Amino acid sequence: MHVTSDAENRNIFRRLGSSGPPWLRLTLLLVPLSLLPLIVGNYWTHVLAHVGIYIILGIGLNVTVGFAGLLDLGYVAFFAIGAYTYGLLASPQFGYHVPFWLMIPVCALVASMGGVLLGIPVLRMRGDYLAIVTLGFGQIVRILLNNLDGLTNGPKGLLRIDPPSLGNFQFSTPTHYYYLILAGCILAAFTASRLNQSRVGRAWAAMREDQDAAALMGINVLKYKLMAFAIGACFAGIGGVIFAARQGSIFPDDFSLMVSINVLCLIIIGGMGSIPGVILGAVVLIGIPEVLRGLALYRMLAFGALLVIMMIFRPSGFLPAARLKVEMKRK
Amino acid sequence: MNLSLLASPEVLFDQVVNGLTIGGIYALIAMGYTLVYGILFMINFAHGEIFMFGSFSGFFVLSALAGSDFTGRHPFVSVVLALVGAVLVSSCLGVLLERVAYRPLRKAPRLAALISAIGASIFLQNVMMLIVKARIKVYPDVFPGGLLEMGRFVVSYFQVFILAGSLLMMGGLMWFIFKTRTGKAMRAVAENPDAAALMGINVNRIIVTAFAVGSGLAAVAGVMVGMYYSQIDHMMGFVPGIKAFTAAVVGGIGNVAGAMIGGYFLGLAEAFSVFILPAQYKDVVAFGLLVLILILRPRGIMGEVVSQRT
Repeated sequence: MHVTSDAENRNIFRRLGSSGPPWLRLTLLLVPLSLLPLIVGNYWTHVLAHVGIYIILGIGLNVTVGFAGLLDLGYVAFFAIGAYTYGLLASPQFGYHVPFWLMIPVCALVASMGGVLLGIPVLRMRGDYLAIVTLGFGQIVRILLNNLDGLTNGPKGLLRIDPPSLGNFQFSTPTHYYYLILAGCILAAFTASRLNQSRVGRAWAAMREDQDAAALMGINVLKYKLMAFAIGACFAGIGGVIFAARQGSIFPDDFSLMVSINVLCLIIIGGMGSIPGVILGAVVLIGIPEVLRGLALYRMLAFGALLVIMMIFRPSGFLPAARLKVEMKRK
Repeated sequence: MNLSLLASPEVLFDQVVNGLTIGGIYALIAMGYTLVYGILFMINFAHGEIFMFGSFSGFFVLSALAGSDFTGRHPFVSVVLALVGAVLVSSCLGVLLERVAYRPLRKAPRLAALISAIGASIFLQNVMMLIVKARIKVYPDVFPGGLLEMGRFVVSYFQVFILAGSLLMMGGLMWFIFKTRTGKAMRAVAENPDAAALMGINVNRIIVTAFAVGSGLAAVAGVMVGMYYSQIDHMMGFVPGIKAFTAAVVGGIGNVAGAMIGGYFLGLAEAFSVFILPAQYKDVVAFGLLVLILILRPRGIMGEVVSQRT
């Protein structure tokens, strides 16, 4: 099994993240983050909010891929399900205007039902077959969004989606959304890390390392797999609601395979199974290309090369999880 | 629903020909997946991009020739030249891909190899995007148009070319695998690489051969698709790649004859799906079929259970 190596102990990020009492660390983290919009101005706040949505998605996919070891390439489908559920029930499309805060749990539920729906048929598949089937699922959802004109308005998309509001206060500026998304990220990170340390998280880890051994230990593998799909999808659903509300309009093309690949890349580069890794990955992969707009053409080229190089030289990512993915080191 | 059209023999015949044409193309691409899977047990995720590079190489050859009026005088020679150019480029690319992205990970867990393959696929798409500046390219129209008429039934020469060409290539591959020394070595490596190495077979060379041959066949399919649909772009590899993979799984991955049957089956299924579903759902048919086959018959039409292998 894995023993933490000296190199990882010396890792500056790791030391920063684990010294001092929890309340102090949290304050040290939260104060600068909540002051950030006051300092950096609208454009940067907007970029940071965008990164934040990807952090929520990354934390969710990390549950499925990092914790439970199920490679899901169709993750964007749940993001789309969340966004479209909100879009359909809170826009002039059908004239419904369900409040944002009510739609968060509703969309989370709908997306996790989607997760179970995908999970059931693929329960017995492993590895690359799972990857291909989930990829196909993501494509099917996008094709349906594009073609069910009566429901989703097809390629013309859903327009004038309601922004969230609290009493008389309406979310409108990038700063408002920044705080909303920051709260979402913190909640997501907290939930995921508690999950990982729970009985469920340990069951996932056992299943990820050796499915047959886990089953022999009395873990109901099928149940925990379904849970991993459903919970991972739940995060994406919430991310989708926030995305739809912030954009104000959504189109099938917002939910292409590239979103799944981006989220997967940021998890892998950050360090699979590690929440600080997801955050670092999102900042690096989503934030930096936003800043270097001029290099946007080369962005995906670099992503592709980076994936290959990471797999060869540092398969566990830059901030690997403490309960390290043995799967990436074995053999 | 246009079920009434099924009654007309001409329409039925057209759809069978269309299905077999596109099925032959899927089958050619599927060969590459199945060859590599049979030996390395990995999905070469970048295979669709090799197909795309083949298509563009053929396009570049044809465009270069079209400038000098060569294509007008010798249409068949130019098609052959395009095919040769495409096969050369794609085979080299396949070998390079194996060397750079897959060989260092041969002993690594399969998840790592799969992610590396996804990375290679994204990389290659973007290389081509930068080369052609993300524009759609129109394939030079070199193949002599014209129809082969058999009573009430009509087939274009070009469809005959694809049908015959894909069958010929696959026949050649079968001969190569089952009748030549290298083919025998390939089957031995697929059976057990360690034992094959002990028998004096150079396993690395066999793996490289599998990549080269599979990539070459994908390149032929790429040129055919370019001429058939006349428009190509740098994302063209994705959907045919997934569909050919479906074909390989339908037939039983790792099995060359199975991949061929799977390709034709998928092509026909797609062609006939337009009778019951609007045409834009054609891709859903393929993906749905993939999921169904993996659930109901994980070993495919002829092959072993692989979907549960870790």
